[in-house]
Amino acid sequence: MNLISILLIVPLATAFLAFVIRKEQIRNLIVVIGSAATIVLSIATACVYFKNGLQVKMPEGEVVDFVIMGLEILLAFYIIDTGIRNKKYLVAIFAGIQTPLIVWFELTQKATIKVETELIFDKLSGIMVLIVGIVGGLICIYAVGYMKWYHKVHDQYQERKGFFFGVLLIFLSAMMGLVLSNHLMWIYFCWEITSFCSFLLIGYTKTAEAKNNAFRALVMNVGGGLCFAVAIVFIGMKYQTLELSVFVQMKPAAMVMIPTFFLAMAALTKSAQLPFSSWLLGAMVAPTPSSALLHSATMVKAGVYLLIRMAPLLGNTSVGKMVTYVGAVTFIMCSLMAISQQDAKKVLAYSTIANLGLIVICAGGGTKESIWAAILLIVFHAVSKSLLFLVVGSTEHQLGNRNVENMDILLQISKRLSIAMLIGIAGMFLAPFGMLISKWVAMKAFIDSNNLIIVIILAYGSAVTLFYWTKWMGIIVSNVKTKDEKKTEKIYLQEEFPIFILAGLVIISCLGFPLISKFGLVPYLSSVFGGAIHSPISGNDVSIMLFMLSMLIILPIGFIPAVKNDKRKILPKYMGGGNVSERMFESVGNQKRQVVLHNWYMEEYFGSDKLTVWSNLLSILVMSIGLILMIWGGAK
Amino acid sequence: MDILIFILRLIGIIVLSPIVGGLMAGIDRKISARMQGRTGPPILQPFYDVLKLMKKEGIEVNRLHRFYVYIALIFSVFTTAIVLMGGDILLAMFALTLGAIFFVLGGYAGNSSYSFLGTERELLQMMAYEPMVLITGAGFYYTSGSFFTKNIIDVSIPSIAYLPGVFAGMVFVLVFKLRKSPFDLSMSHHGGHQEIVSGISTEYSGKELAIIEITHWYESVFAFTIITMFFVTKNPWSYLFAALASILVYLFEILIDNCFARVKWQMALKSGWIVTGVLATLNLVILSLFR
Repeated sequence: MNLISILLIVPLATAFLAFVIRKEQIRNLIVVIGSAATIVLSIATACVYFKNGLQVKMPEGEVVDFVIMGLEILLAFYIIDTGIRNKKYLVAIFAGIQTPLIVWFELTQKATIKVETELIFDKLSGIMVLIVGIVGGLICIYAVGYMKWYHKVHDQYQERKGFFFGVLLIFLSAMMGLVLSNHLMWIYFCWEITSFCSFLLIGYTKTAEAKNNAFRALVMNVGGGLCFAVAIVFIGMKYQTLELSVFVQMKPAAMVMIPTFFLAMAALTKSAQLPFSSWLLGAMVAPTPSSALLHSATMVKAGVYLLIRMAPLLGNTSVGKMVTYVGAVTFIMCSLMAISQQDAKKVLAYSTIANLGLIVICAGGGTKESIWAAILLIVFHAVSKSLLFLVVGSTEHQLGNRNVENMDILLQISKRLSIAMLIGIAGMFLAPFGMLISKWVAMKAFIDSNNLIIVIILAYGSAVTLFYWTKWMGIIVSNVKTKDEKKTEKIYLQEEFPIFILAGLVIISCLGFPLISKFGLVPYLSSVFGGAIHSPISGNDVSIMLFMLSMLIILPIGFIPAVKNDKRKILPKYMGGGNVSERMFESVGNQKRQVVLHNWYMEEYFGSDKLTVWSNLLSILVMSIGLILMIWGGAK
Repeated sequence: MDILIFILRLIGIIVLSPIVGGLMAGIDRKISARMQGRTGPPILQPFYDVLKLMKKEGIEVNRLHRFYVYIALIFSVFTTAIVLMGGDILLAMFALTLGAIFFVLGGYAGNSSYSFLGTERELLQMMAYEPMVLITGAGFYYTSGSFFTKNIIDVSIPSIAYLPGVFAGMVFVLVFKLRKSPFDLSMSHHGGHQEIVSGISTEYSGKELAIIEITHWYESVFAFTIITMFFVTKNPWSYLFAALASILVYLFEILIDNCFARVKWQMALKSGWIVTGVLATLNLVILSLFR
């Protein structure tokens, strides 16, 4: 029994306990301990294997194959059954095609194919294991605190906390399995499990909307799963291999592009790229911890992870170009649509899709530098986005809603939540934080590969990103005094602790990115692309950025004594008349007038109802062109 | 010895930039006045203004409001220093944006109707000019193979030869950055005739207004450094051309300022994006065909 099996089993065992234990306090304790153990184990695994890596040939591999097949058949029956019962026939059809296909392949074709290594732990899987373990584990701990009040506020929903925690933990385990496996059948199995878990999580509240959105997620992801299955069968029968590492080392010939295309489609659905983004937007109906998990550490990251693995087959090939441009359309359009959103979770959702678009652009670019940027984007995005989701979840409890416009009183209610939120937002777009570093390198990479359209799209996208995040930050710092004494709700320790750690991680990951680059990314890239590789950002710039970051930390702290000893006169602000209160003034003829301040959402330009259709069409157009180019290449 | 020269250069840049920036502002006011048939204030008037503002009694609307402009100043000094020391131009642009964002956050923290509206406009202006600024950085990298200012000017053919469209776009968005009409939506730098009082700076007074002014001087110096970089080459004489070109661009901006009325935000955003899109895309795409 090695460390990796323990890492996979601990979340599963905790999930099992969460399902069966009925006593709430004991269950909470076990979930917290199990999540903490997952965090520790993922760090331990990374420490042990990070330097030399690990390749495992399991002697009992065949047995595992059969267990997996059995589980897949059961899963297919369940999906077909619920699909038909809820009149979602498309789900049933997708599941009804792919599982027989895989079973047929497994029973008749697979015998001749030898799989040398089933599990591979390299630098990329190491980084992914750390993200899934640490971020995912923290989200599970947070879920314990969050669910304590969730059902008090929403008493109309049936309470199924044990189920909720259990599915979250299974999700973690499946994601770990996905990033560690090299055997395509195993990846496919974990892939399907994550789709299924997100279906269960999205449908948690069992309302009509939740059910609908859950099925939408399932249709798209099972559709992606079908593409995956087709790719596996193609690779297996044509090239007699089932190893991802062998597949990606093939020459990008025209025939190889066919399974690459199918795998890319699977990845694009999972990463919620246009036109498949609606499932991720719909996933918001679920309780916040599950959104946090879907958006940051798991699920959507599986798609971009697969694309990064396939990077040698992308780049300048027809599929590579298609992937890059689908990412570009998604990045720019979803950034634009984020401007028009007032619901905090919607802003986060659009920003996730846009940032995934950015990662997809980089993965599709397929050069050393763009992959460097893509992996770093995954790291930084996971940390910042999970922090933001968790903070928004707790803020919703304090304010009673999650409208960004109502967060102007947040500083009065909880300083800690506000500061954590500011750190999270800064992490998403501000220099010298991580996302910006990656964007910068991406820009450099695409100038180098002479793809200037992408560079221009990156420039516009960055400007738009700056707009919607800054206006959110602005609402927080405007710090409006509450009129009525609003009583603050309790924030549980299980909520506060993960938020605190993640806020710290946002800063530490920025301070430590040269180390991540040196010990993680550079060795990984040189093993994939060969040759000597340097970090795309020079040492001089790194020191300037670290200097900037430390100024951003030191300056606000330095102002604290100045604020404390401030003796300057405070005068009322100017509102165009005599001030009556914070938001009211006396206008002409002693009329009292209310002041309403509101950010700009510019729905006539950037409204999602206006842009969604066009963005989807644009993306479908890009995909069709990619498909035609691929067939053209194959026919030649 | 190297470190000593480094420090001396740094101090020189930090001290001289605002002097140059202030003189530019003074000349601007003089020329504008002459265009309007007035005598205008002395060239040194901006310095007198700032010195007077410094002596005013400190008042504020809340305790946190003023700190944002200090941070904005620090980062604009930082930006100017990076560029003039030969550093990474894209990094300098990011630092500039960071400072500008703090300025915007200060506007939000003022929390009054007029400063809020001005802030919103300021943010929109940033969204309008930011793509062009980033594309300019990208354009320099494309022609010289480096983001470092010292390498960008170490070429034998000036960048303007490859990047005329980018240059024109940059001159266009300079109107935003110099807070000139028709794109002075957020605070109306020149003259108080504004439907939103003085916009983002409404709630600032005394010392903080002086800081805002000095920040603007640094930013002007940064902006014209970028303009200069289009012309400078290995040849020392190119500095003369660069200086001449910068003066012409500055006169042009002043002329525009005096000829156009302020536009609505829709127009500002659309024109910023369309001009950037057309000029930059055409220029870069044509360039990429030759590579």
